Amino acid sequence: MSKVVVLGIGNVLLSDEGVGVHAVKALAQQYDLADDVHVVDGGTTGMELVPELDEVEHLIVIDALRIGQPPASIVRLEGDQVPAFFKTKLSPHQVGLSDVLAALAFKGSAPSHVVLIGVQPVTLSLGFELSHAVKARLDEVVSLVVSELAVSGHPARLRA
Amino acid sequence: MTTRITIDPVTRIEGHLRIDVEVENGRVAKSWASGQMWRGIEKIVLDRDPRDAWAIVQRICGVCTTVHAIASVRAVEEALELEVPLNAQYIRNMVLTAHTLHDHIVHFYQLSALDWVDVVSATKANPTKAARFAESISDWEGNSPAVMADTQKRLKTFVASGQLGIFTNGYWGHPAMKLSPEVNLMAVAHYLQALDAQRWANKIVGTLGSKTPHIQNLAVGGVSNPISTDSQSVLTIERLLEIKECIDKVGAFLHNCYFVDVAAIAASYPEWSSLGAGVNDFLSTPDLPTDTKGTQFMMPGGFLHGGDLAGFRKISRFGDPYFTDGVAESVKHSWYTYKSNDGELKPWRGETTPAYTDFQDDGKYSWVKSPTYYGRPAQVGPIASVLAGVASGHQTTRLYVERLSQKIHTLSGSKISPAALNSTVGRHAARVIRACVVYEDLQANWKLLMENIGKGDVATFNKPTFPKGEIAGVGQVEAPRGLLSHWVVIKDGRIANYQAVVPSTWLAAPKNDKGQPASYEVALLGTPVADPERPLEALRTIHSFDPCLACAVHLTDAEHKTAVQVSVL
Repeated sequence: MSKVVVLGIGNVLLSDEGVGVHAVKALAQQYDLADDVHVVDGGTTGMELVPELDEVEHLIVIDALRIGQPPASIVRLEGDQVPAFFKTKLSPHQVGLSDVLAALAFKGSAPSHVVLIGVQPVTLSLGFELSHAVKARLDEVVSLVVSELAVSGHPARLRA
Repeated sequence: MTTRITIDPVTRIEGHLRIDVEVENGRVAKSWASGQMWRGIEKIVLDRDPRDAWAIVQRICGVCTTVHAIASVRAVEEALELEVPLNAQYIRNMVLTAHTLHDHIVHFYQLSALDWVDVVSATKANPTKAARFAESISDWEGNSPAVMADTQKRLKTFVASGQLGIFTNGYWGHPAMKLSPEVNLMAVAHYLQALDAQRWANKIVGTLGSKTPHIQNLAVGGVSNPISTDSQSVLTIERLLEIKECIDKVGAFLHNCYFVDVAAIAASYPEWSSLGAGVNDFLSTPDLPTDTKGTQFMMPGGFLHGGDLAGFRKISRFGDPYFTDGVAESVKHSWYTYKSNDGELKPWRGETTPAYTDFQDDGKYSWVKSPTYYGRPAQVGPIASVLAGVASGHQTTRLYVERLSQKIHTLSGSKISPAALNSTVGRHAARVIRACVVYEDLQANWKLLMENIGKGDVATFNKPTFPKGEIAGVGQVEAPRGLLSHWVVIKDGRIANYQAVVPSTWLAAPKNDKGQPASYEVALLGTPVADPERPLEALRTIHSFDPCLACAVHLTDAEHKTAVQVSVL
């Protein structure tokens, strides 16, 4: 069976910056997932994620994404678009998801399919809570993940 | 002619470190280190239960989660004068040492090797010659001709597929790259093997901490791992044996691969052991306590003025007044303001009130505060820890300093003295020495834990009780990047003030109120820069510190990317 990882990243102390982590927690609470679907709260870490993402067939990432869109917009990126988004300017080796994916690609065991679901933050101020606007769209984010899982042959079931 | 170079960000996840240098006649003449992210994150724990703080503050940093958690519980325990059961000390020590090994291996291979290793050059290597060289310097199992040939095949496929760009702007073909194609190929092989080694180290943290990246097993007063010799759901003998297996695997890689590779880099880049010296005063803390009161430590720490080993003065415990009386922070060049006009404030009375200006070369230019020890900047990190070990006669530290020096001598004919540790390459050397030392400590703590459980002691937790009125405490950790301290003031059982003085604050600080620069700025001065468009040399020095600013906003910034079109859902 192919392994699927749903990875939420972000800092939960900085309101909307933590939307990815909030989304994966909501997913795990609301749905029964197939055995080969792993939900990972990646927080703000980097290389610790190598074992989690090694030899994964399908990776779904949820993150705050500064895309110059109206607040709380949701976007979906796929395949080659994703690494381009995680690239930064000058260092050959930033810590972060881009490095994990680069190292795994180098090793020859990067996820064969990557989808990024991004949410434009409203605020990054100090606080555990999401902004109202982003919170109001959290269910949509979770539904998007559920659709991705269904398409990849790993349907999730809403808990009673 | 003066050329100004701005490198921003040097790191992404750790909170946007920006470096500015002015280059005159091919060398750095002026330097500025700037944290580009507001670091007032400690405010989030104000008025909360001190027992909950550790789980929150471990999220303030993306890379050093574990050490923030440990510093936090230690701070509250110090305030309460609460003893910690032996099993809890041993388990925490294992988590800390395994985390350190993970950090050092990842730092050397995944985060800085590409400053020294030209991946593209490795495609031109003769794999058999690469293997012959690798086997001549180490009997590591991953050095065979078959491994080198396979690595090169992967690498060629990878380069041919056009994916090299994911290592954003690696400086392939830069004139400062000196290794032969064969040595480059060996390094690439080890880069890939390091991905497995770091996994074993991380598994130790994950097994003991219940979860990684963010451990779950801490508590003020101990750890929450129930110990049982039979139950499956808790820390069992079987799990401890699994951990031992991981320890052994990490050890093989550490001694036969990482240690040898650092010696090879030091031997190949001798000029970098006289470049990149940071501040010459060193500060570290004792760590790895082995008694419940925290009076005995496996790892020594203290202060060393002017690099003088004979004048070393040790810090004897967490909360030692020699430590707490010395630390203060100034904000003259930082984007904060203090209520009174004090030049410096003690962390327990620390304030975090933002006062942003733009980047002013002679004024305020960083979100990082400027910490000092008795009024002067200090260098923290692996060099400080290793020098404390050498100065205090710590046997394993002295052993590995000598072994590394001999290995470099065998490879290049020259030796590295303790004084040369204060350099760009010396920082990598100190880090691998420290990795070898903490590895022995990891083994020792595993053994101590097994023996203690064998005696029938399964205690892991002492319940804290909070008095009425105000108490204060400090938690110290010798973290992978150096001395970390958390300072807490507790009033009637709630947090009244909280400040974290993190290793990268000591290192990446702007100038202090007396205008004295911290280590990043000092280390950059005199660095040669052959090509201002590709300032590889400046990055080598900054990366040697393992830069990390503990604020970790890592929002993906796609605003300036035009290659990808997005549609809003």
